Amino acid sequence: MMLPTTGDGFFAAVSAATCRAFREAEIRLPPDVVAALRSAADKETSHVARREFEHILENLRLAEELCVPICQDTGVPVVYLTIPPFIPVSQELLAAVADGVRVATREIPLRPNVVSPLDRINSGDNCGEGMPAVHIRPGERLLITVLPKGAGAENMSRSAMLLPGEQDHIPAFVAETMLIAGGRPCPPVVLGVGIGGTFDGAAALAKEALLEPISCMTPYEQELCDAVNALGIGPMGLGGATTALAVKVKTAACHTASLPVAVNVQCWAARRATVEVRW
Amino acid sequence: MLDLRAGDQVTLSGTVYTARDEAHRRMMEEGIPFDPEGAAVFHCGPVIRDSRILAAGPTTSARLNTLTGFLLDSGVRALIGKGGMSSKVADMLRGRGVYLALTGGCAVLAASRMSLSGIYFEDLGMAEAIWVIRLDHLPLVVGIDAWGNDLFSQVTREANLQFDRRFKL
Repeated sequence: MMLPTTGDGFFAAVSAATCRAFREAEIRLPPDVVAALRSAADKETSHVARREFEHILENLRLAEELCVPICQDTGVPVVYLTIPPFIPVSQELLAAVADGVRVATREIPLRPNVVSPLDRINSGDNCGEGMPAVHIRPGERLLITVLPKGAGAENMSRSAMLLPGEQDHIPAFVAETMLIAGGRPCPPVVLGVGIGGTFDGAAALAKEALLEPISCMTPYEQELCDAVNALGIGPMGLGGATTALAVKVKTAACHTASLPVAVNVQCWAARRATVEVRW
Repeated sequence: MLDLRAGDQVTLSGTVYTARDEAHRRMMEEGIPFDPEGAAVFHCGPVIRDSRILAAGPTTSARLNTLTGFLLDSGVRALIGKGGMSSKVADMLRGRGVYLALTGGCAVLAASRMSLSGIYFEDLGMAEAIWVIRLDHLPLVVGIDAWGNDLFSQVTREANLQFDRRFKL
């Protein structure tokens, strides 16, 4: 199948789909996250924790009703592009994604969060050097997946180069990440854990793990999640049964002398959305 | 208010003043532009459009730990934010005020209980200016009371115990 992929119509469709994905992600949480929040709310016995969950669920209802972003920290734009074989990956394609971010910032609206790292000058449109952060993966259909990432939780993320043979230390490292974070990343969180690969690869895996549905966990993921929830930090650090809604793990092969581990912390507003580009 | 206990669930109505890092620094240098006696300071950088509050979730209060003493000395009696504050601030609240926690991320819920009534230090920009906000039953939990009880530090202490029990031999 050959379709024209260089015309203005194609790039306009990419831009529009990017904007639509941000609008969806910022206003409505995915069904699996809402279900996890509801189920966690039912499990709480502390009246303080129960009320925090009531506020979260009421906030979700209001955001959807009023069509406004769930949180004032609308995050930095992280984008995953799934590219089918017949679409060339080009500067124009990336520019169209950035254009979608600019339109989303203006129209939804999103808070302009993106600044240059050293002089801290705000671009005003959530774009800048390397922003949006775009990751490319091969697939059958042209999909735009967005993961707007707020700073409170991102700032609490950690990585470590463990020694080979220290696999048993991973649960302690994951739990310690939340022990240090406490209430600051707006728990209940979702933790993306990357194990293996390289130094940077483990962090990338940890973030990709946050794209996975949280409706089910492997026995290993459940073990990590239980270790975190045993801390009792609870919603907003006020104490409670659920500190993590889920832990999702992604692995990659690594050097025989290495064991990279990374934990990417995601607040309860675990925003993600995917839109297929049609043109 | 001094009778409140950590863990109490309350709603707050009346006037509050938003202040983040820049506003605290400006107030220390130039003085407090509102009457601080009995006032409530809200750690928040709201999103405002056409004089309407669109989103007004709390920001992390711990950033203001070292910038809060002069406010309490001037008569401020309530601090509102998320995540709690240092033991030093908890000590300063003893006998004179409380720290109230608002659910983080709940920017729309918070905005639905607010109306805008003024601004100071407008030149600091939307996020850092002092906005005067009228609250209508904003739901809060007492994080630190005037008796020295601190819900956040209790939770942190327990979390450390649990961690050591599980992972330290």
